Amino acid sequence: MKRYVPFRIGNISFLMNYRSIAYVIGLVLLTIILIILSLGIGQLKVSPLEVVRAVFDSSSDMNNLVVQSFRMPRVLMALFAGAGLAVSGAILQGMIRNPLASPDIIGITGGAAFATVGFLAFFSDRSNTLTVSIQWLPLASFIGAIVTGFLVYFLAWKKGGIKPIRLVLIGIGVSAAVQAFTTMIMILGPIFTASRANIWITGSVNGANWSEVWTIIPWFFLLMAILFVYVRRLNVQELGEDLAANAGSLIQRDRFMLITLSTSLAGIAVAFAGGIGFVGLMAPHMARRLVGSSFGSLIPVSALVGGCIVIAADLIARTAFAPLEVPVGVLTSAIGAPYFIYLLYKSRNQ
Amino acid sequence: MDAIRTNALTLGYGEEDIIEELDLVIPKGKITVFIGGNGSGKSTLLRSLARLLKPKDGSVVLDGADIARTPTKKIAQKLSILPQSPVAPEGLTVLELVKQGRYPYQSWLNQWSEKDEKAVQRAMEVTGVKDLSERKVDSLSGGQRQRAWIAMNLAQDTDIILLDEPTTYLDLTHQIDILDLLSDLNEEENRTIVMVLHDINLACRYADHIVAISNKNIYQQGDPDTIVTPELVANVFGLRCQIMNDPHSGTPMCIPFSRGRRKKDADHERKMDA
Repeated sequence: MKRYVPFRIGNISFLMNYRSIAYVIGLVLLTIILIILSLGIGQLKVSPLEVVRAVFDSSSDMNNLVVQSFRMPRVLMALFAGAGLAVSGAILQGMIRNPLASPDIIGITGGAAFATVGFLAFFSDRSNTLTVSIQWLPLASFIGAIVTGFLVYFLAWKKGGIKPIRLVLIGIGVSAAVQAFTTMIMILGPIFTASRANIWITGSVNGANWSEVWTIIPWFFLLMAILFVYVRRLNVQELGEDLAANAGSLIQRDRFMLITLSTSLAGIAVAFAGGIGFVGLMAPHMARRLVGSSFGSLIPVSALVGGCIVIAADLIARTAFAPLEVPVGVLTSAIGAPYFIYLLYKSRNQ
Repeated sequence: MDAIRTNALTLGYGEEDIIEELDLVIPKGKITVFIGGNGSGKSTLLRSLARLLKPKDGSVVLDGADIARTPTKKIAQKLSILPQSPVAPEGLTVLELVKQGRYPYQSWLNQWSEKDEKAVQRAMEVTGVKDLSERKVDSLSGGQRQRAWIAMNLAQDTDIILLDEPTTYLDLTHQIDILDLLSDLNEEENRTIVMVLHDINLACRYADHIVAISNKNIYQQGDPDTIVTPELVANVFGLRCQIMNDPHSGTPMCIPFSRGRRKKDADHERKMDA
């Protein structure tokens, strides 16, 4: 079968890549399998068939309750948080033209952590009870991510534009600075805040509920829809500044938009799931191995790979050490850190 | 007829000027080659013609309009540039690369019109990379890779093509191969080619018009047969040489005066003969 096939209706036309479509279908199947596995495994074991029945409310009451109310929101949160981080990383890697870029490295996650810890410390009274509803915490995290993203962007601005390498270096600097503040608040604050903040910083989908899931889903699809319009621009950005200018793109305007999208996608993920590390680095890199660098294929594949990584990591994190439950971020970092070192090692000669 | 013209163009980075008040006319439908020593500003000049570098002063005029005031997409339909040794993103296929040349003609819903497809297929045919279309750019040899990049520029379908040292890092066979391809594009499709070349002998063979750059301005310009002299080479490159006619093409050929093993051997042999 031919790999590239044009799709045309009137003035709408695209070049479809059948190989990538096959990968997307394969990954969707893998994701479904992982979701069913994850919904079935735990203290109460539910067989895959019963899981499917429970999703449609036709298993035993106990199964229905565990699958629908306890496990489902958690698994979906893992899926969308992983996908958001992965796509955020894919955008940054393409724009910065460096496979080592990711939302954790340029400070987006660090900013969200700072806002989270600040929120917990600032809104706690003497008896360590929160004075405002915990429901506002994701908003604080999201604002932290966005504000840091733009802080980095504007600090990197020089002579009418940003250079990707400046963005990375300033991101690393800002990241280190906010981390210092985060640590300071944790040390000065009560133990309660520190332990709670620590779980957030590591990243965890434990305790995710349906209302959070219904918040992240529309945002995720809205951002992905806007990104779809920008795929073409991301593709020329990836050729580097000179060739993007040659092609007639408005480089700085596109960069601003792409950074906004990348920061927002990482922001919604960390707002609910915390700073799950290295997914934004690993997933797009693995996706590139599968389908190459063209973003029409790379974005959906990255999203699915990211989602699968976090679902699988969370499944292991909550079952392998039972009855102890490890935050999912510990698992992703345990795989991610060596992966990062491997990438560094591989690119040492470039 | 002129393809591009500059008016009192001053270029530079920071405080220092690299080109000062340059008036240049690039003839239409010809091959123009910029020559000059390292750091003479020939690449800088080429980049500014393609709006990759903003002039400090003066202007670049394309089709009677200042490029600084023309929408960038409009320029991209008239002029394309291939920077020096570009790097393709990991895993990008030749087709996906060449397709990027169609960017100035696309919109987000219309990304692969029949016209786009024809232009891309033709560009790949002309440059001989059609059979490689599904191969990854980073897996190609240097010569094939350069052809793929030129195909991208051709897909952009512009009358003017600028190239910054298109033969760098290629062996002699592939250097000739790329220059023959550009020469064909100029003759058969009447495209205006402007490029920077390091090799003065190849520049003389392929150029209709040579622009020698030295001292922040044009030292001399014109037909290589008339302007390339020992005096020009001495003043532009700081090299003493003899100019002969290339026995193959009849164009000027530069024989540098240099120390070297061969000459001593020749002297020695002459003595032995005597």
